Amino acid sequence: MGIIVTNESANSEGSSVLSLFGAVLKRDLMLAYRKKSDLFNPLIFFLMVATLFPLGVSPEPDFLAQIAPGVVWVAALLATLLSMESVFKSDFEDGTLEQTLLSPQPLFVIVLAKVLAHWMMSGLPLTLLAPLLAVMLFLPAEGMSGLMLSLLIGTPTLSLVGAIGAALTVGLRKGGVLISLLVLPLYIPVLIFGTSAVQAAVTGLPLAGFFALLGAILALGLVLAPLAISAALRISVSG
Amino acid sequence: MSFDSFSDFIAMGGHGFYVWLSYAIALVVVVINIVNPALQKKKIVSNLVRRLRRENKSL
Amino acid sequence: MSEKKNWMPRWFYQLASPRWSYEIMGKLLPGFAIAAFLLLIAGTVWALLFAPSDYQQGNSFRIIYIHVPSALLAQSCYMMMAIAGAIGLIWKMKVADMVAKSCAPIGATMAVLALATGAIWGKPTWGSWWVWDARLTSMLILLFLYLGVIALYSAIENEAMAAKSAAVLALVGLVNIPIIKYSVDWWNTLHQPATFKLTERPAMAPEMWLPLLVMVIGFYCFFAVSLMMRTRNEILVRERRASWVKELVEKQ
Repeated sequence: MGIIVTNESANSEGSSVLSLFGAVLKRDLMLAYRKKSDLFNPLIFFLMVATLFPLGVSPEPDFLAQIAPGVVWVAALLATLLSMESVFKSDFEDGTLEQTLLSPQPLFVIVLAKVLAHWMMSGLPLTLLAPLLAVMLFLPAEGMSGLMLSLLIGTPTLSLVGAIGAALTVGLRKGGVLISLLVLPLYIPVLIFGTSAVQAAVTGLPLAGFFALLGAILALGLVLAPLAISAALRISVSG
Repeated sequence: MSFDSFSDFIAMGGHGFYVWLSYAIALVVVVINIVNPALQKKKIVSNLVRRLRRENKSL
Repeated sequence: MSEKKNWMPRWFYQLASPRWSYEIMGKLLPGFAIAAFLLLIAGTVWALLFAPSDYQQGNSFRIIYIHVPSALLAQSCYMMMAIAGAIGLIWKMKVADMVAKSCAPIGATMAVLALATGAIWGKPTWGSWWVWDARLTSMLILLFLYLGVIALYSAIENEAMAAKSAAVLALVGLVNIPIIKYSVDWWNTLHQPATFKLTERPAMAPEMWLPLLVMVIGFYCFFAVSLMMRTRNEILVRERRASWVKELVEKQ
């Protein structure tokens, strides 16, 4: 687990940011690929949560179709949350994080790359797996595109906001439950607009507005969340 | 005065339970927010006094 | 650095001194306490005895005199916590950190009070103890935000680190509050069109809103009292090794 962030990339200014971004992204994806359980556990969790609803509430197709958008979204939200703790944990434990903070590279870019890597390992597979859940929960076929697209635009925001919680709790021994407490209330807007988009798709209403809202939240998150994550990491690591 | 008698006042036109419950909870919350820091201060000061005495003895 | 900040008033720097803050708060406390006591008593008597009852809701309307001030206070307390936290982060001002920490429990109890009175009010108005009304839901989420901040404070042992982390979280929450509010309002109109709103009503008569104004000011005074008491405690704990605290304790 070497430190990819070298000084070489700082030499040429313009492309250095991109190459830094690429280097961090590549490293995190590689690490995630080597530790496959981190990739699969949230997905299995996602599947299990969705299975609990027919068992716990009712297997009636009409009823399930009605709650399907909410169930898939809540399950995706919880699965993202579950995978959130590991974003900075191993880097913190082996000292890489401290080195990264000391390095002259812009932390904003590094953080953004790490969050993108996390999303590619959690949000993206969740989105790809969502149709399976939707079929299991009898979501009408018209809702499928809305579900996929809303998850595609919504889950990056979940990763961004969740990373703030992960950065705040990275130095704590019992971070897991605390992240959920800190982050879940902040997830509510995404949940509301995401499920509404699916419901609108099912009933055949226009969707563009929901995606615009989710996109706006994502844009805001992309600009502001890395700042908060950077500040939180600096606090957690150096006090 | 919007009530004719004391029992009218208590009954609040049938909504007495809700109104009085709300005001009682409000009273409890306000009192807690004043009493709690006051007790806290007492504890902090007594801790400080004890510490100071210990330090003076050891000198 | 110091030249840049010359436009800041003198008291802003003095606030940075825990000792000065402790003393000035000690001087301000009795005044605010008396004002809070008188205003709350007068407001309660006015609200319960003299304010006219509502033509639709009857006397259950009198709950508004608790519900609205506590809801207002819960919201502005969060704002104050976030701003104080930001001042602590930017200017490294210890007292601001302590103020932010003291805000959290007060704001949380105010949110609980607003929720409780809202739920109680809902029973005679809607016929059930809880309705997913936009305002109540937003208040519930605000309570969750408070609980998150409090949990973070208690999870981190290092005081300075806890203050900074909580300040970041409070600021993130502050940015999110308008988004949450908008999304919840929007969600509410989607699922429950044209329900009867608790506090949205045509212009209130003066004999109705005047006692409300008295109660709101009284609640803010009470907030100032509780906040200063808590902040003074916090100063004593954090400055327990300072010589002025020892002198203060010796005097007693």
